[in-house]
Order: sequence, then structure tokens, then C-alpha cells
Amino acid sequence: MNSGAEKIVGMSYDVVIIGGGIVGCALARELSRYDLRLALIEKEVEVGFGTSKTNSGIIHSGHHASPDTLKGRLEWAGNQRWSDLARDLKFGFKRIGELLLALQPEDLHYLQLLKKQGEDKGVPGLEIWSPQRIQKEEPNLNRTILQALHAPTAAVINPYEACFGLIECAQQNGAELFCGCPVLAINQTGADFSIQTPQGVFHSRIVLNAAGVFADRVAAMVGAADFKIHCRKGEEYLLDRRLQGIVTRLIFPVPTATSKGVLIIPTVDGPIMVGPTAEEVNNREDLSTSFAGAAKIFAAVHQYCKAISERDTITEFAGLRAVAETNDFVIGPSPVKGFFNVAGIQSPGLTAAPAIATYVTEMLRCEGLKLAEKPVWKAEIDGPFRFARMTQQQRQAAILQDPAFGRIVCRCEAVTEAEVRYAIRHGARTLDGVKFRVRAGMGRCQGGFCTMRVMALLSETLGLPLTEITKRGHGSEVCCPRQDNLSVGDGR
Amino acid sequence: MKSPLRSRYDVVIVGGGPAGLAAALGARQAGVEHILIVDREIEAGGILNQCIHSGFGLHYFKEELTGPEYAERFIRNVQSDQVEILTDSYVLDISPALQLEIISGGYGHLQLQAQSVVLAMGCRERTRGSIRTPGFRPAGVMTAGLAQKMVNMHGVLPGRRIAILGSGDIGLIMARRLSLEGCDVTGVYELQPHCSGLTRNQVQCLDDFGIPLHLSATVAFIHGRDRVERLTIAPVNHELIPDLSRSWDVACDTLLLSIGLIPENELSTRLRLRMDPATGGPQVTSNLETSLPGVFACGNVLHVHDLVDFVSEESLRAGRFAGEVAIGMRRPSDNISLQAGENIASCVPQSLSPDREQIIYLRVKRPLKNCVLTIGDRYEKSFRMLVPAEMIRLTLAPELLDRYFGEMLKIDVRLREAT
Repeated sequence: MNSGAEKIVGMSYDVVIIGGGIVGCALARELSRYDLRLALIEKEVEVGFGTSKTNSGIIHSGHHASPDTLKGRLEWAGNQRWSDLARDLKFGFKRIGELLLALQPEDLHYLQLLKKQGEDKGVPGLEIWSPQRIQKEEPNLNRTILQALHAPTAAVINPYEACFGLIECAQQNGAELFCGCPVLAINQTGADFSIQTPQGVFHSRIVLNAAGVFADRVAAMVGAADFKIHCRKGEEYLLDRRLQGIVTRLIFPVPTATSKGVLIIPTVDGPIMVGPTAEEVNNREDLSTSFAGAAKIFAAVHQYCKAISERDTITEFAGLRAVAETNDFVIGPSPVKGFFNVAGIQSPGLTAAPAIATYVTEMLRCEGLKLAEKPVWKAEIDGPFRFARMTQQQRQAAILQDPAFGRIVCRCEAVTEAEVRYAIRHGARTLDGVKFRVRAGMGRCQGGFCTMRVMALLSETLGLPLTEITKRGHGSEVCCPRQDNLSVGDGR
Repeated sequence: MKSPLRSRYDVVIVGGGPAGLAAALGARQAGVEHILIVDREIEAGGILNQCIHSGFGLHYFKEELTGPEYAERFIRNVQSDQVEILTDSYVLDISPALQLEIISGGYGHLQLQAQSVVLAMGCRERTRGSIRTPGFRPAGVMTAGLAQKMVNMHGVLPGRRIAILGSGDIGLIMARRLSLEGCDVTGVYELQPHCSGLTRNQVQCLDDFGIPLHLSATVAFIHGRDRVERLTIAPVNHELIPDLSRSWDVACDTLLLSIGLIPENELSTRLRLRMDPATGGPQVTSNLETSLPGVFACGNVLHVHDLVDFVSEESLRAGRFAGEVAIGMRRPSDNISLQAGENIASCVPQSLSPDREQIIYLRVKRPLKNCVLTIGDRYEKSFRMLVPAEMIRLTLAPELLDRYFGEMLKIDVRLREAT
């Protein structure tokens, strides 16, 4: 349950996973079923802090990607796993369905094609809706829409919550987590990889490279870079709760060559989000948003929903999709024996992640890794507990058991002190870590009121002064000490 | 040992800031017996507790006080008036039958019945998202009010080299406060062609400290992955669109936002009160009663005020009217509706009754010199200068209002024609 900074490193493992995004975390949980010495090492201060954190949070319905591709095969397989995962790992999950809109006559054919593709893959419930049906079901969409393909299997989650749940489950089943642990070099001696990190050297027989947008660089460290990753940036805009409920399903336009287009996403917590853009960028840390991105998104959304205004934005962010040249997942053995790539996980990567984990496990078995199931493996985790989702009776009971449930820390999202304390006990080390676990600071005031309370709780629980509490790791300190020497400056 | 709470109150006030405290005194003046204030924080006083600068009370007490001093006077009066204050407590919901669901650090889950309710939740600050400032998302971008809490309540600084976007009053106050703490405040950047804060703050907080105010300029990009490193500042055209060709960079580690305040009406919207998009608060009658009978609103949750003194004045009245309703007293309903006309941004209340002298609060949309304010065809008042930052407070006599029975009364401000 901790970042591992204090652990003694130099240990050897059967399997080391590099990268704690949704794929790495899903792999960790899947492999924790077996009697293996297993570690996950993550560059950032917490898991899920890279691409996963900025994902749209959509579990795709299963019909989007062609079954001729690996991503197409794993998409539908992954989709079916999420209801169980959400139940076991206690994160929010809503199967709200999606509507793919035909705005122009030439789109109509695509709807038919996609329906056929989905049916061939076994995706149930696909239906073409008439304009009348669309108006009846989604009255706030524009009346100019020609037809829509309804897919009831699509769902929404918060991808970071899934990461936290997956890794906590893996840890409770024996996997070890090391955060703030970037890989500096990898050397191979015989059947042993030694992975150099600032926290020490990890030895392992098998390395799974799930390093996201940096996967090709990690592969290059062992000479296994037979693929290249480029980054496709997506900006997203989260809207005020004023608009909550105006659209009840995921809304997709007909996709382009590089993206699924600008979507309207009723997030699992209620607020509507719009995005993403799709822009090729060279800098792998370019998480900036732009005037142009905002303009593009709201112009696109207005074509299908006029009720949404850019003035309703409460926050915006950008994420990077890791795209391989093949435009498909790169999963499999590399030219270096024992080193496996799980890379190029672009959309529908989140959807596919549980299926990717199973796929990789079977691949390892085929490659000769002995996988003996542990006698005891616990699929569920105990928490987290969400006050905002409790009934009145549950709230009363929770407060009786822990009075900290009676103290609201984040007024916008009704988050209690008990939830923040639980999050810190279960791995949150930063303001963002708390925010993404419990939603404190995600609401309308964007942390204006709760930041200091959360910082005080972090400071108290971690035994650090306020000035060492960070937003998302070293270098992102939120405040600094007062200067002893008071002066009015340089007398300008 | 805390005394047990009652299950029924005559008046329950949501929020223990300046509005809630004054409302309690007003309710007591109306003669009701059981009054309860519910506040989220550990102590009452609201945002005044972090406003350690002076300048409060000039109108209301005719002397200059700090924020905590101003709050203290009200808290003392409220306590000697035997009003119960439930702190560390949060109103989750109010039913249309005025049953309140509360969770409390001291009492757990509570349900109370009120005869009338006063909404006094105050306001919150607009954030980066609401203006969609492009760039990275580093630490060091925060609202001016959060920075104020850091410095004044927790004894830490938001950073060392500070830029401020928006010239709202809290931003101006923080420019001075952080200069006094030894920080380097590089400048204040304001999108509008005029300062959004009070003139006295512009003079005392910027001019006196040599801090430049850049009008018609905004932050066009935030640089820095982990912590703010620099900002790209761009001038804006008359449509407020940034002109990137004339932009420049400013090195700093902190960006404070003082870009406006928004009434905190989550409870009001859940109650489905009729709202006024111009104020962001509920629509109210001249009794400060919302569209749900028995529910009143005052202070910054109703409309954002410029001075706390006017919050107190308004809230005393709201509390008194709430108290009257709780004990079954009736006043005539309003029979005149008010409408913001030319150059008027907002007007509170939205209707009036001619039975007594009425107070209305207005804001103008833009600065106006040498202008005339008219109400209907019978009221006229000249002003040398009107600015959006300062509320206009007018008292209207019953004799005037009596002529408008059943009418819509339009309020306009026009420039005085050259003679």
C-alpha cells in the first residue's frame, strides 16, 4: 500500500512490469493469481498518472474496431469483463450505451457497415434509430441528425479509479509496487534482466514493457525496439453540472482516419465531458491545452448538440495516446527473449485492458512460464467507500462507525474526511492522488475551498510539512515557506 | 458536553458568514424563538476570517475594522441573542417542505424541520477552467482566495514570484499582501479595459506598491510541466480575443486568479428555486423571499456584493422577513416588477411592493461618466461616475412606487446628453 521508496531493492523477480497505467495495473492483477515474484515499477509518483489519467473513460461497446486487428479482437472481449471488475474493485461503472450519429447522407452507409461488423463480432443489441427515435430518447440533440446506431453495451468509468483498484488488488495478492521509479537502463546477462532505477536495481527473468508513450524507448534499452511510438494528443473539456443529464448516452460522430471524433461523454459521476481532439505531437510530455483545441471541440459538438456552451467548462486537460506505426496494439515477444512488449495501446486500449492482461498471461504460458495458481487469491478489495453514493441509512451507519464521515472536506462533490484518510492509507501521496481517488477538488470550485484541508490531511498523515506536499510529485510543490526577512521588495 | 439540538426551529440559516450572522440577528428582531445557524467551517465568520486586512465596516459601524474584527462583532451579538450555531456541519439537502438533511462533525446525521430557511452560502471564485486558459497544468495556478487562505490561515506562501490574472478585489488585496511577505508581484493582467476591483483597492494595493496593472490583457499560455515557469501574456482586442502576435512572456512561479465570483447555489438549484441568470442567484421579492415560500436568500449567494457592509444590511432584512414568516406574520405581496434596462447588468430584488420604503441594488455593465439613472418615467438621478465594480444602492419611497401598481418598472442608465 505504499510507494515503495523505503523498500530494499536488489531483489529478483520472476516478472517485472514496467509502467503503471491501466495496462500495467491490469497485468499486475492478472499475474497476481499465480505463484510468481511480481513487481510493477512506475515512473510517476502514483499509478495511472500518465495516459490513463487523461483517458475519456469509455468502455467501448465492442463494434468499433475491425476483428482483423488485435485491438478489434480484444475490444469486445475486454468490454465484457468490466462489470465484474467494477463490482470487485468498487469503482463507478455505468453501462449507458452509445449513439453513433449520421450527420450527412454519406454517413448512413458507415452505420450499416459498423452494425454488420458488430453483429459479426457478437456484439448484442445494435440498432439503427430513426430521427423520431433519437428525438424521443435524446431530445437535446439537434434535429438535423439523419440516423444513429445505438449500441447498449458501451459503458463509462473513471480510468484512474480502475488503476487504483487493480493495483490495490494486485498488492493485496502479493505483487509489489514501486512508484517514482523511472527506468534508466536495462542490461541482460543470460536469462536475467537487471533494470536500473534511482531506487536500485531490479532483477527479473521476464520483463513486460507497458511503458505507454515511452514504450519504444524502454524497448530500445534492450535493443528490442522494432516499433516506434508517436503521440496523438487529445484535449478534453469537463462541463458544469448545469448540463448534467441533457444527454444520457455516449454520443459519437462518424469517425475519421485518426480518431473517433469529438464525443459527448456523460461521465460516470454525472458531469458531461466533451472531447477529445486528435493532434500528432512530437513532445512526449506535451499535455498542454490550446485555444485551437477548445474551438475545434465546441464547434464539432455544436453540430449535434446546441445546448452545450464552452462557457460551461469547469476544467480542461490533455492526454497522449500511444500510437504504433501499425495503428494496432504491439503485443508479443520481442527480438530479445524474455522481454515482451505490451505497447501501442491506443483506443480502445482501456476497454481492452482486462483482455490484454489475459492475452499476455496466456502468451507467457505458451512461452514456457510456469503459472501455478495461488491457493488463495482475493478478487475483491474492501473499499473505497463513497459517501456521495450512500443512502441515508448507510450514511448514518458510516458516521456512527467513523465520525470522520460526518466531516465534509470537499463541498462541491460531498467528499468526507473519512474518504480522504482512506485514500491516503491506500496509496494517495499527492493532491492529485487524493483528487482522483475521492473527487475532492474535481467539482465546480476546482479545489478553491478544499485544497488546504486536503493538504493538511496529507501533511498530518504522511508526517510532512505543508511545503513538501505536491500536486503530482517532486517539483510540483503547492506552497513554500514564508520568508523570515520581511521586506517590501527592491523599492521599485 | 454539547447541548442536544432541537428537531424543529423557527428559522434555520444556511451559512455562518457575514450574511448568515446578520440574518440571525434580523430573525431575532422579528421576535422568533428558535434560530439555528449551520456552518461548514470549524468557526463562524465565513471568508471574513481570512480577510485580515482592514477596510470593513466603514458604512455599517462607521469605523474601519479588519475582517475578523467585523465578524467578531456579529458573532458576539448572535451569541448574546441565544442563537445556536452548529459549526463543522454541512446541509446536504433541503426538502420543499423545509426539512433539512445535515451532516455534522459533532452530531453525525441530522434531520431538522424549519418554519423558514435563509440561504446564506456566499460565493466561490471562478477558476481557470471557466476561462479555458490554454497551456500546461502545473502546480502554482490557484485562485486568489486560496492563496489568501494559505498565507493568512496556514502561514505558507503560494510562491515567490507572482502574476495575477484578473483585477478582482481579492487579487488586488493579495498583490499587496504578498508584496508585504517579500514576494515579487510582477503584475496584474485584466481582460477588460477597466479594473474590476474597487478604486480604493487599486490605489492602496497596486499603485502604492508600484505593481503594474495591464488592462485589456490576458494569459494566453501557461508554461511549466510541474510548477509554473512562465506565462505568455497577450493583449486582447475589443472582442476580448488575444492578439498572439503582440504577446510577451513573464517569468513567474505562481499565477493567481481573481476573475470573478459565482454565488454558491447548489442547494438553491436542487430546490428548483427560480434563478436570475444576471446575478447567478435566486430571484427574490422585496422581502428577499425566493420562489419557494418560506425560503429567503441574502448576501453573496443572492448577488455578489462589493462591500460586506451591504451584505449585513441586506441580511438583517432577510432574517427579519424570514422570522416574520416563521411566526405567521404576513406582508403584502409585490405588485411591481423590476427590469434591468440599458447599461444595467443586474437588479436585486426583482420585484417591489409600495407598502414601505424599498432598497434596490444595481450594477452597471460598463464604466459610465456623467450619466443619468432613470426608473420608469418618474425617477431620475445623476451620477458623475458609475463603474461595474461598485454596486448602486437606491432607496425608493412608497409615494413613488405607489404610482406603478401592476406595472413593469424599467431601470436605465444613459449618458447625459451634451448641452
